Amino acid sequence: MRLGAGTFAACCVAIEVLGVAIFLRGFFPVPVRSSAGTGQQSELPAPEPSAGATSNWTKLPPPLFSKVVIVLIDALRDDFVFGPKGMKFMPYTTYLVEKGASHSFVAEAKPPTVTMPRIKALMTGSLPGFIDIVRNLDSPVLLEDSVIRQAKAAGKRIVFYGDETWVKLFPKHFAEYDGTTSFFVSDYTEVDNNVTRHLDQVLKRGDWDMLILHYLGLDHIGHVSGPNSPLIGHKLREMDGVLMKIHTSLLSQEKERALPSLLVLCGDHGMSDTGSHGASSMEEVSTPLIFISSAFERKPGGIRHPVRVQQTDLAATLAIGLGLPIPKDSVGSLLFPVVERRPMREQLRFLHLNTVQLSKLLQENVATYEKEPAFEQFKMSERLHGNWVRLYLEEGRSDVILGLGTKVVKQYLEALKTLSTALSTQGAQYDVYSMAMGTAMVLEHPARPRPRWSELELLLLLGTLGHMLSLGASSFVEEEHQTWYFLVNTLCLALSQQMHRSFLEDDQAVPTLPTADVACKVQARPVLPGDLRKWTVLASPWLVLVCCRMLRSLNQTGVQWAHRPDLGHWLTSSDHKAELSALAALSLLVIFLLTQRGCSPVSKGALALGLLGVYCYRVAVGNLLFPWRPDSRAISKGIIEARFVYVFVLGILFTGTKDLLRSQVLAAEHKIKTMGLWEIFSGLILLAALLFRPHNLPVLALSLLTQAVLANFVWKPLGHSAVEVTVMHYWFGQAFFYFQGNSNNIATVDISTGFVGFDSYAEAPAVLLTAFGTFAGPLLWASHLVHFLSSEASSGTALGHAGFCYALAGSASAAIYLVLVTALRYHLFIWSVFSPKLLYEGARLLLTAAVCAFCSAMDHTGTSGA
Amino acid sequence: MKDTDIKRLLYAHLLCIFSIILSTFVPSFFLENFSVLKTHLTWLCICSVLVTVFNLVLYLVVKPNTSSKRSSSSPKVARFLKCCIYFLMSCFSFHIIFVLYGAPLIELVLETFLFAVILSTFTTLPCLCLLGPNLKAWLRVFSRNGVSSIWENSLQITTISSCMGAWLGAFPIPLDWERPWQVWPISCTLGATFGYMAGLIISPLWIYWNRKRLTYKNN
Repeated sequence: MRLGAGTFAACCVAIEVLGVAIFLRGFFPVPVRSSAGTGQQSELPAPEPSAGATSNWTKLPPPLFSKVVIVLIDALRDDFVFGPKGMKFMPYTTYLVEKGASHSFVAEAKPPTVTMPRIKALMTGSLPGFIDIVRNLDSPVLLEDSVIRQAKAAGKRIVFYGDETWVKLFPKHFAEYDGTTSFFVSDYTEVDNNVTRHLDQVLKRGDWDMLILHYLGLDHIGHVSGPNSPLIGHKLREMDGVLMKIHTSLLSQEKERALPSLLVLCGDHGMSDTGSHGASSMEEVSTPLIFISSAFERKPGGIRHPVRVQQTDLAATLAIGLGLPIPKDSVGSLLFPVVERRPMREQLRFLHLNTVQLSKLLQENVATYEKEPAFEQFKMSERLHGNWVRLYLEEGRSDVILGLGTKVVKQYLEALKTLSTALSTQGAQYDVYSMAMGTAMVLEHPARPRPRWSELELLLLLGTLGHMLSLGASSFVEEEHQTWYFLVNTLCLALSQQMHRSFLEDDQAVPTLPTADVACKVQARPVLPGDLRKWTVLASPWLVLVCCRMLRSLNQTGVQWAHRPDLGHWLTSSDHKAELSALAALSLLVIFLLTQRGCSPVSKGALALGLLGVYCYRVAVGNLLFPWRPDSRAISKGIIEARFVYVFVLGILFTGTKDLLRSQVLAAEHKIKTMGLWEIFSGLILLAALLFRPHNLPVLALSLLTQAVLANFVWKPLGHSAVEVTVMHYWFGQAFFYFQGNSNNIATVDISTGFVGFDSYAEAPAVLLTAFGTFAGPLLWASHLVHFLSSEASSGTALGHAGFCYALAGSASAAIYLVLVTALRYHLFIWSVFSPKLLYEGARLLLTAAVCAFCSAMDHTGTSGA
Repeated sequence: MKDTDIKRLLYAHLLCIFSIILSTFVPSFFLENFSVLKTHLTWLCICSVLVTVFNLVLYLVVKPNTSSKRSSSSPKVARFLKCCIYFLMSCFSFHIIFVLYGAPLIELVLETFLFAVILSTFTTLPCLCLLGPNLKAWLRVFSRNGVSSIWENSLQITTISSCMGAWLGAFPIPLDWERPWQVWPISCTLGATFGYMAGLIISPLWIYWNRKRLTYKNN
């Protein structure tokens, strides 16, 4: 048996969906997360293990440092401090590193080496994944557990000066802050002076427990003139001065306090040899991490090769240093040199706390954690630790016990190391294998050459291709709606031109009867008087253009112009409820008038009642007003009304399906099949009307109007081929996706549609309804396409071709996008712009697959009937 | 069709290009702070006026359509008025199309309108000069296989290339480069201008290369 083109396309798209799924799996590693929400207060800290003997040390150990100053210098590469540049330009720091009481490390940052994820890594100790963004729905506030959060909860006063990103991440955590923007890259003095100017005062006051300074100047110099510029030297010298000032001030105040203070110097990421960052080259991921405190041992001979550690280790170390619980999601391990001068019992306690926290994380993220070597090591160290505590409590301090303790420490450190690696490899790198596999599967989709192209076909082809390629630029992803509006407008103008031309040729051919040709093509419709008909036909593309222009000003979307005032905001403000009600009522009326044409009488009634129900639901929810009760304040969840509408939606869909099945049994009944398809279409419209916010109801009404106008006055008279009609449906579907107010940003997904008619959150219906509400535009156009093509009696295999074309348009764009994203995976905006679009693209591909499957199913019933 | 005709066409077109270049450089001698980007509206006005003047002069000097039929059937003044009305109408319809394409409806009306004016200058004005206010002739020229002289052929090319230039000029607007020329409607007007100039250069060359293939009804 030969497979139809449609079936073939459906199969291809199904495979492609699988491919995209694999790609996504590789692209977005599941981050390691503690399942315990951050909302609940932290449980009690793990008590000290003790074998048999009773140890009553269950509270958290006391802090080691009274004050902590973190100096974060953006793009501070390790050789700027430890290399020849550091020797030359940072003499004080070099002195501290080599001879002072300090511990220095090279901290490795994980890609993407961009500031925001790096700050997250430093403060939470976790590896931020893309799923966070989805989970937080783009709210920039950091919801995870972090050192800052813990410090705030413990009542510490935190002061922050520097990059604004911190203020966005921790909006309520700082007792005092001054954010500087990193927007003007060419400014590298002012931006740092704005930080330093606070320094004298804040150091003198000393009414804080944690001071964070984030200097941006070095990064800016790197972007402008690279790491070898002389400006770098000046900047490093300036930073050295800042460090010296802080250190001397801390030392001078230390005598008044019981505990020493801690100064941490670190960078968030490095700098490549061209001065940029974001990728994973050695220069970009290596940053210095220096702890300076009088609590540490002075070293006479310098160590020239600092140990390589992970950037995420800072969070755990800071938490322990300040006597705070370690952030829950931290995968870092305690930097042991920092605590190595504490008594043995304390050291072991710290290590134990850290391993317990890590092993908990491991238990929550790995199903077979008991088989992990890391977990076994942890258990063993805990046992040894317990034994040691018993000995210690029984016998007191002695050299033997100390020696034993050192062994336990070694055991612990090993356990920590394996635990930390086990956790970080869980979700670190892009799974390139999956990505390649997915791309290959997507690309296998074959294209079919076509012999010749008319102007309209050329426009359709070039437009679709051009759009796909435009997605390589982040701005075109952000402003994708503009591309579609532009293309749709051009399409309308091209249609208008084609129409004029066809009339002109008709004029020349049959001067006496200008519309004869057109009229005979549209026998199905009641023929209007010749001249009037001609003018309606000529005006129809312009009507569509006007519709599109009105819809465009309904919802401003995208990024650059999203803040502009639009009709939607005007309508939804509470002062304009009456206008909104009138508009919604009008739209519902238009929807009814345009939808009822193809329905059976029963469905007509159901549709009318359903649309009334939609209005009642919106009144109950408080969006709209009844004219006879202009100021009722009763607001409910509208459960009854919404369910009333759902009943009709299901009823209409059921009738439609029944008609379809009947048409399959009674082979000759073509009319029933068309009617069934239209009923399914109108059921979907009713559902969309219920889910759309009232100010979006005009989108639905105008989409129906556009479809009616185009079908009756453009496609039928001009006799466009199934392929052209399909691509036009695809374009309009995309444009209407954005007319609804969607964008390529996850934040514009209207979650509230998932709760329509439900008392509480129910996952499956909520996800389905939200997906339907979001993709209503493309879906409604696709279902209109199926109905339109099957209603055209002449089209034998049209539906199959249409399915093939729809699949080609949808999947080629997904395939090209995957290639682009893979090529751009170290782009600066990969997380903020390209990744959300990737998710949208995946969802849309799923939709395309469904449409194709439906198309080919309809095609089969058609051919089996014929 | 003779080579001299094509040569005349080429010289006429070079003069038109010269008028645009003139409009960019000469005003800075008279006006302070004049630059195409910063005082864009002034440049638009000057450019459109200069191109109009050059077109009219060229039309009067070269008289490309003297051979064509009954152009003097209506009095000259009425003809001229009709041309003006047509030009204004074309400006307004371009304006409406720009708004339909998404230009702001209320703000920047002057900018949008001047863009419409300059595009009309590049497209409608040569048509009016060459064909007069005769819609039938316009439709003939812009339908398939309807051109009857090299002048009409080049008219077709320059008009289409101007519109294409304006269309392509809209593409840089959403990019986040923050350049002064990305502001509405500068990129589009520049696109239209470059498209027009490209059309002016391409059309004589194209006609020259295809001179064997091209046969006109009236020649």
